[in-house]
Amino acid sequence: MESADTPHVVFDGVFKSYDGEVQVVEDLRLSVREGEFLTLLGPSGSGKTTCLMMLAGFEAPTGGSIRIGGKPVEDVPPRKRDIGMVFQNYALFPHMTVAGNLAFPLEVRGLRRNDAAERVRRALELVRLEGFEGRRPGELSGGQQQRVAIARALVFEPDLVLMDEPLGALDRRLREEMQFEIRRIQRTLGVTVVYVTHDQQEAMAMSDRVAVFNAGRIEQIAPPEVLYEEPERPFVATFIGDNNLLEGRVSSVDGDICDVVAGGETVKAFLVSPRQPGDAVVLAIRPERIGLAPAPGTYSNEFDVVVEDIAFLGDHLRVRAALGDRDAQGGAADFIIKIPNVVGHGAVLAGDTVRVGWTPTDCRALVPDERRAANAAPNQA
Amino acid sequence: MSGDGRFGRVAHLAICTAVFVFLVAPILVIVPLGFNAEPYFTFTEGMLRLDPAAYSLRWYETVATDEQWLRALANSLVIGVSATVIATVLGTMAALGLASPAMPARPLVMGLLISPMVTPVIISAAGMFFFYSSLGLSQTHIGIVLAHAALGTPFVVITVTATLAGFDTNLTRAAASLGADPWRTFRRVQLPLIAPGVFSGALFAFATSFDEVVTVLFMGGLEQRTIPRQMWAGIREQISPAILAVATFLIAFALALMGTVEWLRRRGASD
Repeated sequence: MESADTPHVVFDGVFKSYDGEVQVVEDLRLSVREGEFLTLLGPSGSGKTTCLMMLAGFEAPTGGSIRIGGKPVEDVPPRKRDIGMVFQNYALFPHMTVAGNLAFPLEVRGLRRNDAAERVRRALELVRLEGFEGRRPGELSGGQQQRVAIARALVFEPDLVLMDEPLGALDRRLREEMQFEIRRIQRTLGVTVVYVTHDQQEAMAMSDRVAVFNAGRIEQIAPPEVLYEEPERPFVATFIGDNNLLEGRVSSVDGDICDVVAGGETVKAFLVSPRQPGDAVVLAIRPERIGLAPAPGTYSNEFDVVVEDIAFLGDHLRVRAALGDRDAQGGAADFIIKIPNVVGHGAVLAGDTVRVGWTPTDCRALVPDERRAANAAPNQA
Repeated sequence: MSGDGRFGRVAHLAICTAVFVFLVAPILVIVPLGFNAEPYFTFTEGMLRLDPAAYSLRWYETVATDEQWLRALANSLVIGVSATVIATVLGTMAALGLASPAMPARPLVMGLLISPMVTPVIISAAGMFFFYSSLGLSQTHIGIVLAHAALGTPFVVITVTATLAGFDTNLTRAAASLGADPWRTFRRVQLPLIAPGVFSGALFAFATSFDEVVTVLFMGGLEQRTIPRQMWAGIREQISPAILAVATFLIAFALALMGTVEWLRRRGASD
């Protein structure tokens, strides 16, 4: 319906405030590509659901513009946006049968009864609920209700489907199963999906790209593997997966690599954005990228740490260690190290001093996140 | 200790019995008196002996054939149904509006809408009398219908508001996202789900109109006499057990209404 390079959905400098003081969403810029599975990920209150509600038309932006298929939608009421929506609590009509729920959007569009019945049948087939036409939502399990809700959001063949934490109420096993289901359906139909969740694993498992929300802004938007491997901000580094953060100052810069003084040690790190000597940075090192007791000279960063605690977690061991001297000024930095539970990992005991190391590219020097403090002051915009 | 326990139980039973007697006896005593063969308001010796000849359906027959009573019944039904329709439509709309998050000054508006329920009827009736007279609506059916609608609306507002408290607003959003306009959303999604509240509110509104005598006394002419108004006239003008026959009919009617409301409540609770 539009040229291939027109994004399906565009948020263009969108603001939202309920009281005129606190910005729930601040200067949001975001484009969603045709056929993309984009997840808005963030803690509660970060503005991701508000964004979804603005896109659906249930909330109006207080500034900026939202375009769907290149057309501004400010004056388009929700019922005319032709967007499929899956709600957190399913929002199935309890007084209608499954078939009645699915036929509702078709009936609204004036489809003939026979055509509608055929579409309902196909939609139920898609979510693997054949034969459930006559049941009422109250007679279905949570997972089945979720499938009906998805079928209802798809049955009128919208190009764009929004999902607001649709798996939040399901138990873990069912949630993982439904993640694959939703992904399969989305690929089959090629619809654009904007998906909201606070569960980073869910976001990683399902999405083409993830937009990480924090305090009304997008911290980073990237494919899951990029978010994990190349976080650009401390918030993203800790929100996606585990990370060790070390505060320090740049002492020298050599291209992409810099020396950072942190906890009394000098660490070689990968510079994510240009910084000058003397600038504050936050180092982020993934626990599984830290090598334990390497052959000397394996890494350009090697330090002695004191093991304080070890937790056995089946497929891996989780070691808590102190980098630097606990008694020294500024103390030591806490370090978490993950060791895969494979033959030959060696025995480590609490109290041991062991040598650890990592490569500079696995140690990202990030610009410290100052926006949290700035955001606490009302009405920056 | 066991003596105290027994005394407590006896006292408890006595008090409960007394409460029921005071509540129910004055109403129940009316029922047999309506079957009195004699034109008195008291039990005859024959009635006390349970002599079948002392009982009769003559007062029921009188009521069923008397033109004034029949007209009163017709008036009550016409006024009651009309007032109920108006009160139900207005009350439901008001409750829906009050449930909207965009509603400003909600407690104030709610208070105003409920006020006919807490204002003494004699005051409302007197006020309405002067107001409706100046509009030329006193001594008309329309006037009484409007007055009764005003008295009945608060019941609908309250019952529908209570039903809406458990209503998931995501359902209306879902309907909108599926393409339904507000009217279709109301008709196909909201109304079916709040129907028990609407219906029990309507029953209360109807009962209010059906029982109401004060505003009819103020505003009704001969043409607008309802059953309660006719009973009032009957007590003052011609003491006759016919009134008791009507009263028995009203008691049965009220029991049926209460039973319906209770049935609706249980059905609503089990959903």
